[in-house]
Amino acid sequence: MIVETGHYALILALGIALVQSVLPLWGARTGDTRLMAVGISAALGTFLLIALAFGGLVAAYVTSDFSVLNVFENSHSQQPLIYKFTSAWGNHEGSMLLWVLILGLFGALVALLGHDLPPSLKATVLSVQAWVTVAFLLFILTTSNPFIRLMPPPIEGQDLNPILQDLGLAIHPPLLYLGYVGFSIAFSFAVAALIDGRVDAAWARWVRPWTLAAWVFLTLGIAMGSYWAYYELGWGGWWYWDPVENASFMPWLAGTALLHSALVMEKRAALKIWTILLAILTFSLSLMGTFLVRSGVLTSVHAFATDPTRGVFVLAILVVFIGGSLALFAARAGTLEAGGLFAPISREGALVFNNLFLTTATATVLVGTLYPLLLEVLNGAKISVGAPFFDLTFAPLMVPLLIAVPFGPLLAWKRGDLWAATQRLYVSAGVALAVIIVVLALEGGARVLSAFGFGLAAFLMLGSLTDLFFRAGLPRAGPSVAWLRFIGLPRSAFGTAIAHFGLGMTVLGIVAASAFQTELVTTVKPGDVLRSGGYEIRFEGMSKREGPNYSEEVAHFALSRGGVAAGTLEPTKRAYPARQMPTTESAIHTRLMSQLYLALGDSDSNGGAVVVRVWWKPLVTLIWLGAVVMGFGGMVSLADRRLRVGAPARRKAAKPARTEVGA
Amino acid sequence: MTRKQKRLFSIGGVMMVLAVAAGLVLTALSDSIAFFMSPTDIAEKAPSPSQRVRLGGLVEEGSVERGASQTVRFRITDTVQSVPVTFTGLLPDLFREGQGVVAEGTLSPDHVFVADSVLAKHDENYMPKEVEDDLKARGLWQHTGEPTASAPATPAPHVGAGA
Repeated sequence: MIVETGHYALILALGIALVQSVLPLWGARTGDTRLMAVGISAALGTFLLIALAFGGLVAAYVTSDFSVLNVFENSHSQQPLIYKFTSAWGNHEGSMLLWVLILGLFGALVALLGHDLPPSLKATVLSVQAWVTVAFLLFILTTSNPFIRLMPPPIEGQDLNPILQDLGLAIHPPLLYLGYVGFSIAFSFAVAALIDGRVDAAWARWVRPWTLAAWVFLTLGIAMGSYWAYYELGWGGWWYWDPVENASFMPWLAGTALLHSALVMEKRAALKIWTILLAILTFSLSLMGTFLVRSGVLTSVHAFATDPTRGVFVLAILVVFIGGSLALFAARAGTLEAGGLFAPISREGALVFNNLFLTTATATVLVGTLYPLLLEVLNGAKISVGAPFFDLTFAPLMVPLLIAVPFGPLLAWKRGDLWAATQRLYVSAGVALAVIIVVLALEGGARVLSAFGFGLAAFLMLGSLTDLFFRAGLPRAGPSVAWLRFIGLPRSAFGTAIAHFGLGMTVLGIVAASAFQTELVTTVKPGDVLRSGGYEIRFEGMSKREGPNYSEEVAHFALSRGGVAAGTLEPTKRAYPARQMPTTESAIHTRLMSQLYLALGDSDSNGGAVVVRVWWKPLVTLIWLGAVVMGFGGMVSLADRRLRVGAPARRKAAKPARTEVGA
Repeated sequence: MTRKQKRLFSIGGVMMVLAVAAGLVLTALSDSIAFFMSPTDIAEKAPSPSQRVRLGGLVEEGSVERGASQTVRFRITDTVQSVPVTFTGLLPDLFREGQGVVAEGTLSPDHVFVADSVLAKHDENYMPKEVEDDLKARGLWQHTGEPTASAPATPAPHVGAGA
């Protein structure tokens, strides 16, 4: 019954979304306020109905209702409750339902929080948002229905893929979707602006918090996915340039660019057309990512199932939305007036520099991701584009951008003084140089690139804080005055500094973990002692253990450091009988920010010997901590008074309301 | 600077970045991509030792030898030809004889494939796509990817709306 209710709710949601995609827009065009107001209740209704449908699916999972095909294929009665719960989106159908749930959520949030938006803009935005919702609801109902029943119902399910039986599944997909589906708002605003033929600084002020919020979630989602892959797959790597990873990374890069260009538009009313285009491109990349992951053109752990009709359907959605919005852009962009002028060396110039490099880098990732697919379609040749390609193309583009990051906030709007900014960065540059020299002295001339990487990270981290330092009036002002000025700085200044500092942390983690990681693969017998990262690792032997829905062989390692016991590590090999599938569970010991990582290989049946892989990964956790700090910076910036959702409009509404009513 | 000069300056800068990026992409595409080959492709035309290759096929039954160190030797076959492979490191969990794998590395002059990574499937239903296509093209494809015999057979799905 619950399942049928969910199914019915989803069909109803489609009906309401159809209404929402036409009436509010019609109202906005004809100036009918009652029709425009339909958008608000329709957006809330759509969201609630999708939530009901999603709840129905989750209920079927939690109660292990194997008469539902989707539950039968992806769950098992012996799974721990948390995994029964997360199994609901650990499959194609369920994850698409989560996708539209979040799409609906953002629509509802605009309806609820956007009471200061001009009604016609709000109505148009909600209609555009509904177009996307309609497309994906149709997709789910026709090709990926999670509510299909099985007759007769089987007794037991086929279990969730064991790789996905992890807490990561509870966190990674929702965060990631909040991120890249969140960019749909920027898209809807952009399309609405094109339909209206009007865009101004206020538009950017409404769009920026949404983009920033989506960006924060996407940053955390990608970082979480990376850390999950790192500990779960047992390969010790944290980024593989896998097409599916790229699918989430491209919207992140474009979204980062959008965040910065919206800033120019908000403050200086410049770059309007570019910002609109970027908003369209960012969500287009999200859609493309969905296509890549969901269509089955790629084989990966994310491609749960392959079904050609799904691929064609998502491709059609892709063509309609990207093609349609770009066509609209081509037709209407000319009607938008160009904004303020600025010198090449200025805050705006620095942000254009940022956009240029970020979008170019996005393009190289796009080429690397799509080229193998295109080549296969064109002449059947099968190639793989992996890390070497991206090391050669993406990395060189990032270096000038990262060097430029600390300069940006130090340049004035309109016309900046590069020389003055450079002088303020003397200390950071000096420290960076010292870091380079120290690394070279310790490690020898062969480490030029990694020494440079350390220097760059130091420059980024210190340089990001420089702006706060000088804005507080230091070093001239006295400490008490400086403190007062410091705490009085706008939150967005802190947000910028924190996010840029986090970026520096990530760079430091990447450089340290790639340059100084040590790896050891060896066979151990009980009593053997290995050495890695200053630890003595003693193999004590193997034992067997039973989990709720698996059995595992556990290797026991005792750690000590300089003769002092430092804990134990127990990497395991699990076998899941339901899917007859083995997995490797790595064991990780964290010391400060570095990690000792153990993964088991094959065990030798005679004599209790086992192959073990030991990595020492210095500062590796900074890679993800940096991302968390970046996300935190975004949140701090989001808490800025001027940026709070709705707040700017309220202030604005107080003044120009009189003039705008008539407009 | 006049407005015109400013504009030229900006456009020139943008062009330069794009040109550098395009150059990098083209160089990288010619040097650092790996072609997928089957054992038959390799038998027909051996790649040069500098060319990175993804070799895909099935792990030949009875061919896996584990040496004293962590070096593993096995043969990858497409049932017509087979190629000896050596790999040092940990094999993926689902690496088994008779299963589809993709090994990435180079062919040494003595025709032994030196792999630096070996990928097996992510779950029990998965066959590397290139291997599947290749086997299909040769008419050797048997769908071995069904859930194992112990799993219950899937009953016919039927839409439950209104039921």
